[in-house]
Amino acid sequence: MSDAGAAASGLWRDAARRLWAERAPRAALALIAAVTLLALLGPAASPWDYDSLDWRHLAQPPGFTAAHWFGTDRLGRDLFVRTLHGVRLSLLISALASALSVGIGLAWGMLAGFAGGRTEEWMMRGVDVLYSLPYLFIVIILSTVVGRGSVAVLLIAIGAVGWLTTARIVHGQTRALKRRAFIEAARAMGLPTAAILLRHIVPNLAGTVAVYATLTVPQMILFESFLSFLGLGVQEPHASLGNLINAGAQEMESAPWMLLVPAAFLVALLVCLNLLGDGLRDALDPREH
Amino acid sequence: MLSYALRRIAVAVPTLLAIVTISFALQRLAPGGPFDQERQLTAAVRANLDRVYGLDRPIVVQYGHYLAALARGDFGPSLSQRDFTVSELIAQGLPLSATLGLAAVLLAILTGIPGGIAAALSRGGAADYTLSALAALGVALPTFVTGPALALLFGLYLHWLPVAGWQRGAPRYLVLPVVTLALPVAAYLARLTRASLLEVLRTPYVRSARARGLGGARVLWRHALRPALLPAVSYLGPAIAFVVTGSLVIETVFGLPGTGRYLVQGAIDRDYPLVLGMVVVYAALTLTLNLAADLIHGWLDPGTRHE
Repeated sequence: MSDAGAAASGLWRDAARRLWAERAPRAALALIAAVTLLALLGPAASPWDYDSLDWRHLAQPPGFTAAHWFGTDRLGRDLFVRTLHGVRLSLLISALASALSVGIGLAWGMLAGFAGGRTEEWMMRGVDVLYSLPYLFIVIILSTVVGRGSVAVLLIAIGAVGWLTTARIVHGQTRALKRRAFIEAARAMGLPTAAILLRHIVPNLAGTVAVYATLTVPQMILFESFLSFLGLGVQEPHASLGNLINAGAQEMESAPWMLLVPAAFLVALLVCLNLLGDGLRDALDPREH
Repeated sequence: MLSYALRRIAVAVPTLLAIVTISFALQRLAPGGPFDQERQLTAAVRANLDRVYGLDRPIVVQYGHYLAALARGDFGPSLSQRDFTVSELIAQGLPLSATLGLAAVLLAILTGIPGGIAAALSRGGAADYTLSALAALGVALPTFVTGPALALLFGLYLHWLPVAGWQRGAPRYLVLPVVTLALPVAAYLARLTRASLLEVLRTPYVRSARARGLGGARVLWRHALRPALLPAVSYLGPAIAFVVTGSLVIETVFGLPGTGRYLVQGAIDRDYPLVLGMVVVYAALTLTLNLAADLIHGWLDPGTRHE
């Protein structure tokens, strides 16, 4: 066991080294860290609040006047603070929703793959059925049902539809692992199923799950801003990147910065997270090179 | 092939029924009703409204009525757009939405697949690098960012195309929406095609075809392309779902009067019959198109018929 542990940590150390050796994931990681720090600390540096109105500076372009660094919107609300609040909310919702959906996907895929037979068939057919539906319908139905605006509801709605890919991949891997000799040995030694799953299957799935968790985060950011853009997610006066972009798109003729500022943050986050996920996948799977 | 087709249909029909049942149950059992947002109604008015729309009957009876009406193609009256039935709203919006979606899928296929082939053939070269970077960007950018950005650039600054709107079907008004919707699909298709063509070009049978003295173009057309396109064909199903979903955003961004906007507005207004009707139509459409994609895949790759 301790040997296995050492080998596993060696694997992770190798992966971390390989990841760090690549330029793109390293830059992406640095940018994500910078944006996260800015989102956490930035609003405190500004004299404005996300919902405070500045009647003397309506729709002001970015600049240093009255400390509206990213300008203001039609109501005189500060876009620097609102955008960073949006980033904060997006990161929070997407991190929690990713944890939720990866958790469900891991449990579902692993149990289906390990159970085998009829159970496996029905569990994975269920995934296929859900997969063939546009996820947005499920979210629209859920948000019509439970009402708009609640962050908890939004979290459950997007977390509940994001687990399908993870479930499929974990399922495939578990099926392959199940046939390996060390699982057979564990079973022959009389280890209970739960212990086999936790001690032998889960650690072997960790790499895959880490990659998909990283790739799920940008997807969740996308879901959230998508819904907020359509008016089904985060509601005014709260700011999310999605509803800021929607408000900005309506004002883009006279005030393009209202669109460009939140859009730039969203695009930067999405591109960086995708680069990081791809880099992690390459780092954990050196055969690809 | 026939039994494969029948098996796929045998899965699709219960799926559709399940979607109808689940969305019906969720919507009716939820707290809050379509008349909640209006001014305070007296109990008598409220009871009358509920009776007219059948909302006072037991849920099972409502479900039975709904299914019976559905079989006749009747989705009931819209609760938020008075004087319209849901079927009328769908009939009004569907031609535009279908045109938009179909044009976007075609454009994506016609640009994405050749783009992927070109990138694979010039592997490591400048064309490969440019196309791969474009594809990475296209996959990462959401439509609700590219849509306004393209409108800003080509509409407001360059004045080449209208920013938004819909003037009695003038094709100019569809260019930006179709391009926006096609962009991510084309990017993904290009990636898939590039990766799978590179893999196929490394296989022994391609090498042996080369060894027999066949030229590059001939190897590509006769041997490599058909298996290399399978992943792109499998992606058609998810692509259809993506385009259907994306059209909701596109119609909102560009102010097009299609079904997507009714669906979003219906969800905001809690207009049960409207949302339910739209979901049923969209689900039926998605399932049918997915079925078609499965059948094309089964036809191209006999192995999948015997799963």
